[in-house]
Order: sequence, then structure tokens, then C-alpha cells
Amino acid sequence: MPAFLDFARRFGRNWTAVAGCVILAAVVFGALFGPAIYPIDPFDMLGRPAQPPSAQFPLGTDVSGRDILAGLLHGARVSLFVGIVASLGATIVGGAVGAVAGYVGGWVDDLLMRVVDFFLTIPSFVLAVVIVAIFTPTIGTITASIAVVSWPSVARLVRGEFVAQRSREYVQACRGLGMSAPEIMIVQILPNALAPIVVVSSLMVATAILTEAGLSFLGLSDPDVISWGYMIGVGRSVLRDAWWMAAIPGVTIMITVLAINLVGEGLNDALNPRLRQR
Amino acid sequence: MPPFLAFLIRRVLQIVPVVIAIAALNFLLLSLAPGDAADIITAGYGGASVEEVNAVRHALGLDQPLYIRFLAYMSHLLTFDLGYSHVQGATVLSLVAARIPATLLLMMSALGIAIVLGIALGIVAAMRHRSWIDHTLTVVSLLIYATPQFWLGLMLIVLFSVQFGLLPSGGMTTIGGAGGVHGWFGGTVDVLRHLILPATTLALFYVATYTRLMRSSMLEILDLDYITAARARGASERQIGSRHAARNALLPVVTLAGVQIGHALGGSILIETVFGWPGLGRLVFDALLQRDLPTLLGVLFVSSVMVVVASLVVDIVHGLLDPRIVYR
Repeated sequence: MPAFLDFARRFGRNWTAVAGCVILAAVVFGALFGPAIYPIDPFDMLGRPAQPPSAQFPLGTDVSGRDILAGLLHGARVSLFVGIVASLGATIVGGAVGAVAGYVGGWVDDLLMRVVDFFLTIPSFVLAVVIVAIFTPTIGTITASIAVVSWPSVARLVRGEFVAQRSREYVQACRGLGMSAPEIMIVQILPNALAPIVVVSSLMVATAILTEAGLSFLGLSDPDVISWGYMIGVGRSVLRDAWWMAAIPGVTIMITVLAINLVGEGLNDALNPRLRQR
Repeated sequence: MPPFLAFLIRRVLQIVPVVIAIAALNFLLLSLAPGDAADIITAGYGGASVEEVNAVRHALGLDQPLYIRFLAYMSHLLTFDLGYSHVQGATVLSLVAARIPATLLLMMSALGIAIVLGIALGIVAAMRHRSWIDHTLTVVSLLIYATPQFWLGLMLIVLFSVQFGLLPSGGMTTIGGAGGVHGWFGGTVDVLRHLILPATTLALFYVATYTRLMRSSMLEILDLDYITAARARGASERQIGSRHAARNALLPVVTLAGVQIGHALGGSILIETVFGWPGLGRLVFDALLQRDLPTLLGVLFVSSVMVVVASLVVDIVHGLLDPRIVYR
């Protein structure tokens, strides 16, 4: 596939994007295999509370004597799961709405875009908080709430792409050949609109991880799983005496989100070489 | 009618359906919630039989069909009745209204800092394009984008309150008087001291955003012919930057600042929780602890309406900044 090779070459030349990829691969590895390599239950109370890092506890213990490293490894699963699934959900819903609005046009477009604008008006974090609070915090409701507040921006973007493609000759040719609207939208237009969608949804993973951290810091986290935001919330209560307890998960979030953003920017540059930012 | 006035009236009228939609969403969320006010009230008595719960439900009109309850909800909203928080024993309106000033103070300070700093840094970065200062600003922006705001706040507390002891770590005022300084002046200084850390924390994200936006907006404009013409006339780089380019580069920043007011409200919920700032965010946090849904929904409604009003104000400011905009 020369197109893919061309893309890989452009992406590989961008050292910040490659660095992001390496960091992200390390986080994914930690999430997938970390709990197997370092088999400690993040909820087990194993030692004296609030210990600084030591040989027994590489990153110390939290207020209840739980292993912080084990928490980070298990928390990586939560952050990545919520980030990826919420972003996928938002991309699919937003993509479908945007595609229909852009392709069909007319009053359907007007109506759908009013709905999108409406959702863009509501403060997204407040809405996410209310949704999770109403349906009780589980990993499912948290993911769903983040998807609900994220899809409108995808819909806007996809609509723009579809409006631009709608009147192109190849689309008219497809219509002339008697293709159905869904076929034209999915098989013909979507591949041409894919690049910006990929970029936006990869960057959305980063935002989703930050939102999840904020929600669980407020106490809106699934009680059955440990998450980085929850760990910051735990560390907060002993900020004066054991600042590292809140610092460690925060740095982890920062590194992960930074890596995703670098990869997203790299994808943007490699997929849209003409739009390369100055 | 002058075109500006016509524009203003039409723009205000456009708000009405949006506010109705916000109210409908609120009502929908409230009716989706498991358990209703009757459950909460009777739980407050330490439990009740099914008949007693149903009696309370009937007294509150909660056994009516959905559309009747929606109409009742809407007619209450017309009189600014946002419902009653049975947990706090107060109307939601009074709870929310009491917290709005503190949140506005925090948000406006943060956005004010962000706009001034972001515009200044963006101009510097664009005028010194590809210099070390431009690159440093880009890297710092990337780091700020990746940092959870609330965590940054915690770290600033560790640094400035715990380590250096320079600034208070939370609250809006010092309990028991402003460190010996009394009166109007002492009180203001005290609030400002408490404001520095939360406002800076909230501002940093927007400083990064506005810096990058102002930078790219400036770079675009610096390529235009009229800048080349100004250079040819012998205008200094300083004049070109501040007088010729910056004014035209400002528009996108103003637009974004308006759009981001909702975003800033979300951020301030977390920041207020971190710093114990007595605003809407703190109210949300307390409501979450007590599962106080009417208050949560009240905050959602009021903050959404605030965003709608803010976007109206931005439209008007836009018109004042850019005489090319025609009111149609």
C-alpha cells in the first residue's frame, strides 16, 4: 500500500509524534500486562499508610496503605478504556448525525444542527457530572456521559466534510449509477472524509481521559475499579504531609495525555500534509 | 428601526427556544433519575410505608402524567422557580443565586488574566516566529493542555501555601478577620490574596489557548499586503505588531473567549472544589455528596443560560470591534 507507506514515512519523520507513540505504547503495555507482571491488588491494604517510595513499595503507599504503583497500573486500564470507548462512541454517533445532516441537507440539516448547537451550548462538564450523578457512577455511565458531551463537535466536523463532498462529480456519478444514499455515504464519501475524523477522535481520547479524571476526583468514580483521578482525590486529603501521593497519578495523567496529543498532532500533519501548521 | 436595534431584538428572541430546550433537557434528566422527591422526603423521616410515600407523591403532583408535570415545571420556571432542595431546606434559586457572585469573580478574573496574557504572549510569539521564545511557549502550551487543571491547583497549593507559606490554600476570606487588617480595604486585599491561586490555576489553560490562537491569527495577518505596505512606509516592527496586526488578529480570540465561558464553568467546578471557593462549583460538590438532584439540575440550568447570554454579549462586542459586520 504505497499510500500507507507514504503516510508512515511522513509520520516517522516527525520525532515528537514518534516520541508520543513510544510513551503511549508504554502506557498501553502497562495497562495490558502491568497487573500480571506486578500482581498486587490495588485495593489491598498492605502496609503503613502514606509511606514514601521504597524497595517494597516502588511508589509508596496511600492513606490506607495501598500500593500506589498497583493503583497506577490498574488505573491505566480505566483511563484508556474510558478514553477510547467514549471517543469511539462519540465518533460513531457524531459521525452518523454529521453525515446525514451534511449529505441530506435541507430541513434535516437545519434540525440536526440546531440539536448540535444546543448541546454545544450546555457546559459539557456540568452535564457530564449531572448524568453520572443521576445514573450512579459506574464505568459504563461515566463512559456514556463523556460520549454524550463529546459527540456534537464530531457532528459539526463531519457535516462540514460531507457538505464539501456532496456536490463533487464522483458523488453525482454514484447517484447516476443508482447507488443508495447509505452506500454513497459510507462507501464513497466516508473514506474521503476519514483523515480529519481520525485526528479529532484521537485527540478526543485525551480530553476524555482528563474528563474522567475530573469526574472521579469529584467522587464520581466506579467504586469497583481504581482510577487515576480517584487516586488524586485520595492524595488530596494528605497534601500537606505527603504531596507525592497526589503528584504521582497527576504526572501519569499528564504524560499519557501529552503522548496522545502528540500522536494526534502527528496524525494531523501526516494525513493533511497541505494543512501543516506553521 | 436602526439595523443594530433590529439585530439586537432578533438575537434576544432567538434565545427563547434555546432556554426552553435547556429546561426540557433538565426536566428529562430529572424524570429519568431513579427515585423522586417523595422518596427523598420520606427517607428524611426515617422511612415510610408505600401508602405514605404515595400520599406525599400525590401531594406534590408527582403522580401526574409526564406532560402535565412538564407544563407545571415550565410554568414554575417562568417565575424563576427552579425547584426546592429538600436536602438543604432552601429553594434552588436562593442556593444558586448566593453562589453566582463568587463563581463570576473567579471566572472573570481567570478569563481576564488569560485574555491579556494570551494576547500579549501570542503577539510576542508571532513577532519572534521560530525563535527560542516561540518554541518555549509552544512546549509550555502542550504541557498545560495535558495537565488536569484541578491537579495543577493542588500542586500550586503544595508549592505556594505549604512550602513557601505565601498564599492561603483555600476559602475566599480569612476566618476571623483579614490577618489584623480590617475594614473595606483589608477585606478586599484578603479576598484578592485568596483569589490569586484559583484564578491562576483556571487561567493557565486559557492563557495557553489564547496564546496559540493569537499567534496563528497574527501570523496569518502578517502575511497580508497591508502589512507589507506598512513596512514599506517605514513603520517599525513594534508599530506593525501592536498597531497594524494585533487589532485585526483579536477577533478570533474574542469569539473563542465567548464560546469558552461554558468550558470555564466546568473547569471552575473542579477548581472551586480544590480551593474551597464558595461558588457554584462548591455547591455542585456538596450537592453530589448529598445526592441533591434539584440543586445539581438548577446549576446545570443556570450555567447553560449564562452561556447563552454570554454568546449574545460576544455577538454584540464583535459588532463593536469589527465595523465590517453587517446586522442582517
